[in-house]
Amino acid sequence: MAELTMIEAIRAALSHALETDPDVILFGEDIGIDGGVFRATDGLMQRFGSARVRDTPLSETVIAGMAVGAAAMGLRPVAEIQFSGFLYPALDQLVNHASRLRNRTRGRLTCPMVLRAPYGGGIRAPEHHSESPEAMLAHIPGLRVVIPGSPARAYGLLLAAIRDPDPVVFLEPKRIYRAVSEAVETDGAALPLDRAFLVAEGEDLTLVAWGAMLAVADEAVARLAEEGISAELIDLATIKPYDRVAVRASVAKTGRCVIVHEAALTTGFGAEIAADLAEHCLTHLIAPIRRVAGYDTVMPYLRLEAQYLPDTGRILRAAREVMEFT
Amino acid sequence: MSTRAASFRIDCSACLDATGKPIGKLPDFAEDANTLAALYGAMVRTRAFDAKAIALQRTGRLGTYGSSLGQEAIGVGVASAMRVEDVLLPSFREHGAQLWRGVTLEELFLYWGGDERGNDFAGPRRDFPVCIPVGTQFPHAAGVALAMVQRKESGVVVAMGGDGATSKGDFYEALNLVGAWDLPVVFVISNNQWAISVRRREQTGAQTLAQKAIAGGLPGAQVDGNDVIAVRAATERALAHARAGEGGSLIECLTYRLGDHTTADDASRYREDEEVSAHWKEEPLVRLRNLLVARHGWDKAKEEALLREVRAEVEAAADRYLAIEPAPRRAMFDHLHATLPPDLAALAEEAAGDG
Ligand SMILES: Cc1ncc(C[n+]2csc(CCOP(=O)(O)OP(=O)(O)O)c2C)c(N)n1
Ligand SMILES: [Mg+2]
Repeated sequence: MAELTMIEAIRAALSHALETDPDVILFGEDIGIDGGVFRATDGLMQRFGSARVRDTPLSETVIAGMAVGAAAMGLRPVAEIQFSGFLYPALDQLVNHASRLRNRTRGRLTCPMVLRAPYGGGIRAPEHHSESPEAMLAHIPGLRVVIPGSPARAYGLLLAAIRDPDPVVFLEPKRIYRAVSEAVETDGAALPLDRAFLVAEGEDLTLVAWGAMLAVADEAVARLAEEGISAELIDLATIKPYDRVAVRASVAKTGRCVIVHEAALTTGFGAEIAADLAEHCLTHLIAPIRRVAGYDTVMPYLRLEAQYLPDTGRILRAAREVMEFT
Repeated sequence: MSTRAASFRIDCSACLDATGKPIGKLPDFAEDANTLAALYGAMVRTRAFDAKAIALQRTGRLGTYGSSLGQEAIGVGVASAMRVEDVLLPSFREHGAQLWRGVTLEELFLYWGGDERGNDFAGPRRDFPVCIPVGTQFPHAAGVALAMVQRKESGVVVAMGGDGATSKGDFYEALNLVGAWDLPVVFVISNNQWAISVRRREQTGAQTLAQKAIAGGLPGAQVDGNDVIAVRAATERALAHARAGEGGSLIECLTYRLGDHTTADDASRYREDEEVSAHWKEEPLVRLRNLLVARHGWDKAKEEALLREVRAEVEAAADRYLAIEPAPRRAMFDHLHATLPPDLAALAEEAAGDG
């Protein structure tokens, strides 16, 4: 088994898909000779040729729209949007076409495409490069939104997304692209979509997180353990449709829940989870649900981004409040 | 049977060759030593700013930064043709234009250092901040022009973008509207042959970028973008055309990106050093200096004095920038709305307590 970072695991998954499925094609800005600005596709054009790994002109509209057309013809396009901040011209294609082509044609034409995009803050990037649009995308019926939380999950979930018969937006937490490596079995085995992953088992409190917030939440779990608090940590992984069953089961056990995300608090995906728990787990809850999230502000440019992003301290304060609630 | 329905041609203008020898008669402004010295000084200043910005980034004191090395003549040439009351909508690589328009070195450092306060420049108050999502500034330009026409102002709008930006719908859509409504917008395309790692020919099959204007009903022309005199002259013509109520136009400035795309890029992954060295022979500063030497008594002493002055100015601006404390967390809420709604005010209070 190889020790891989998340970016290497993504490359390994892309490479496996290109090797094993002739219908898989990759396109996007600078993904060819440059290997993508984060090097997700490093070496793939050289290995698989520029017919299967293509640089496009600078147009997110045509990247997403072309993916819809190619997917409808039976190819498996895996398109890259260079940063999630530039995905917005592609929204028209996602909302009006990718997510509903199957529905509109009663299953005659389908859209097995993947749109990959690095997202999130923490890397001192320029303006518009650090936002977290998962909730906006999750609000599009017919679209899957997946965020890997570790190298192994990136590998398995990306393969699952590519093999899935429907469109998936695969948001990659770029802050942890190279943060850690772990052993990844690169045998082509996919991990299940629509399922959460239990990262740490605990009894007193459920933490729900995804993307780069997992590492921050993980640190909080360790600190809470020192205080004698046993926290369970769930990686949501597929944001839409999400694994309500797993979240409910965990909260039914612990009675307490803190949800962590980078995106702005109001109508962030945490709101959806909290609402579901309020509807279905009320009798199990022994404390209010808390959300630790980005503020309802524009994602600040780099000098203030550390002040914006949820950190361990904020998670700990919320967790302690929840634990002390009577 | 078919008859010719329409025909077009795209011209390319230049005033100096790469060694600084005039090609034909120069425009009147280029006969004036002070004007030429000012253009040269502005390009030298832009280059010095670029060098310092990269040095600051390399030592962790600035964010990701895209230099305009080799493209200084475009920003300076375009801005020097504009009037104060005109409005500039720059891409992220037109530092020379912003500086000429009166944005200060310190403000530019502050912005690229990751602080939005750098966009609140004291100088050209109606100019837009740099545009990061490629091409999205072009539709704004149409709106700025619409406002000017509505208010019977005589200003003209200049929107600048790269070769890559001409692939975006935003660009074509704005061109089309500006053509349909005869709005006073000058589109300036800095064609530096690359959009990160994508070559100009991979970006579009069109023979020139200038001809994209034709489809929108605007005149389009190429100019040697390393020739500040030619850039300024072409911009003056385009501005006069628009100011006379004859509508917008497009100028494709031919240049070359001598540096990496940004400090986050490594261009050696996708282009040969030889290509870059060949283009160094055409860079914009030397040719203008040669003209100044040949015709206007520019000499080593003047050159050295200019460099000393510019470097000192850049260093002092960098020092002032580095002394600026980051804004407090609360500042994130300060400019969300004209007045903070009560709900957000409560959140802002909570945020202040977060650390
Ligand atoms: C809409 C959008 N897509 C992608 C990017 C990432 N990006 C930044 S600059 C750039 C290339 C721009 O090329 P060009 O327009 O030629 O300008 P240049 O950088 O050469 O000055 C890309 C792809 C972006 N900023 N905005
Ligand atoms: Mg370019």
